[in-house]
Amino acid sequence: MILLDRVSKTYTKSGHPSLDRISLHVEPNEFVIVVGASGAGKTTLMRLLTREERQTSGKIIIGGIDFDKLKDKEIPQLRRKIGVVFQDFKLLPNKTIFENVAFALEMVGMGNHEIRNTVPKVLEIVNLSGKENSMPVELSGGERQRVAIARAIVRQPKILIADEPTGNLDPKHAWDVIKILEKVNRFGTTVLLTTHNQEIVNRLKRRVVTIKDGKIVSDRANSGYKS
Amino acid sequence: MTLWRIINSGLVNFIRNLSLAVAAMAIMVVTLTIVLFSLVINDTFSHTINQITSKIDISVYLNDNVSTSQSTQLLSQLRHLPDVASVTYESKDQVLKAYLQQNASNQQLVQAVSETSNPLPATIIIKPVDLNHLSQIKAFLSKPQVSALQSDPPSYSGQEKEAIDRITHATNVLQRIGVFAVIIFTVVSVLIIFNTIQMAIFNRRDEIHIMRLLGASTGYIRGPFIVESITYGILAAIISIIIINAAFQASSSTLQASSLGLLDIGYANRFFDNHFIVLLLIQLGLGIVIGAVSSLIATRRYLKFKIR
Repeated sequence: MILLDRVSKTYTKSGHPSLDRISLHVEPNEFVIVVGASGAGKTTLMRLLTREERQTSGKIIIGGIDFDKLKDKEIPQLRRKIGVVFQDFKLLPNKTIFENVAFALEMVGMGNHEIRNTVPKVLEIVNLSGKENSMPVELSGGERQRVAIARAIVRQPKILIADEPTGNLDPKHAWDVIKILEKVNRFGTTVLLTTHNQEIVNRLKRRVVTIKDGKIVSDRANSGYKS
Repeated sequence: MTLWRIINSGLVNFIRNLSLAVAAMAIMVVTLTIVLFSLVINDTFSHTINQITSKIDISVYLNDNVSTSQSTQLLSQLRHLPDVASVTYESKDQVLKAYLQQNASNQQLVQAVSETSNPLPATIIIKPVDLNHLSQIKAFLSKPQVSALQSDPPSYSGQEKEAIDRITHATNVLQRIGVFAVIIFTVVSVLIIFNTIQMAIFNRRDEIHIMRLLGASTGYIRGPFIVESITYGILAAIISIIIINAAFQASSSTLQASSLGLLDIGYANRFFDNHFIVLLLIQLGLGIVIGAVSSLIATRRYLKFKIR
């Protein structure tokens, strides 16, 4: 489902690589947690996967799409196949909650009737029923993050990438978000979650990939977190 | 479906970003008002010039001994001159009749004239095509065989000619200044509109970025912005035509006075009313084009895939 083969990313020509020959293979329906301190390279990894950035060397294949052969104009299609949840939510500020979620469906050409049926169901999954007409500024951080998750999963992507989705949340809301990710994973979506929250890692008991200074230093199933 | 969504989304954005919309529209209204106003004024000046020049004619006074065939020949020769618009022949009797009518109130003069045999010459009245191109006509009239037929030198609308020349010149200059001012105003305000829309879109570059991350296509992101800017243009066009209309109605007497009589406000009003649809379409067209082009340019930079 996700395949990285000796992927490196260097921002400056002579500088230290942010990612240094990373190889990672994620099977369909897996739940993988990527941990590491700030600046270890987690976000760079996520940005490579959504093609916000291009790897300096190595090979990336996601859902059968080889990034070396991906043209700029094909990037929208790639991104529609991946659900992404960002640390800073990235909701559209001028759209209501309903419209934010519906937007993900509109651009793949879904009909209005179907959108009106689908969006409330997804908002129910993230416990936001009744907030359809609120604007993002009216919601709490936890609620906004759940909107972002609703938007990411509404298209039922095969892959969900969540970059520090709990980074801005208090423990209770953070756990709400994690529980939703687990639920999505049970429905058959491959989840890639980055975090530096030790408690989440320990309680989830999932495969943990640890990145340090741009390198994978450990890759263990059902392991706890060691910094 | 998609098109409808884009239009709908653009209109919703317009309402939700109303403060920016008002700023962009205000500037557009100013531009379009200037353009519209100058269109009307320009036409009115042309009309004034035409009216003044149409009053100018050249009178050629014929000797009493000129035969009918000679005068007929002269008439047809004059008609063939390229600078001549029209030629009218008035016989001695006609001239006298007109003279008596003009001076009907002066009984002594009427009596004096009717006591003698008709002293007035038969007259050919020439209307030139262009007031500034009389040299050919003058040259023709001063040829020996033509001047031999004349009792007096031809008169060029008498003493009015010089005054009319000045007025025409002044109107021409005003017209040129007007065109120049319009061009400058238009360029400046188009730049300001560009800038305003650029700022509006700059404020929302994050929004564009988010849509990009979600996998929205270029057209789907850009569409609503263009619809929004076109809406500015359409509303600005309508507002500006209302302003112009109100201005003409409310202050026609002031305008008339301040333009030294060069501006026929009645005519301007009629021109405005008669060409209302055309003017409205011009305004709408301009508003739509300016809005669409500036939003296209402004969104372009944020829509590029900048993958490092």
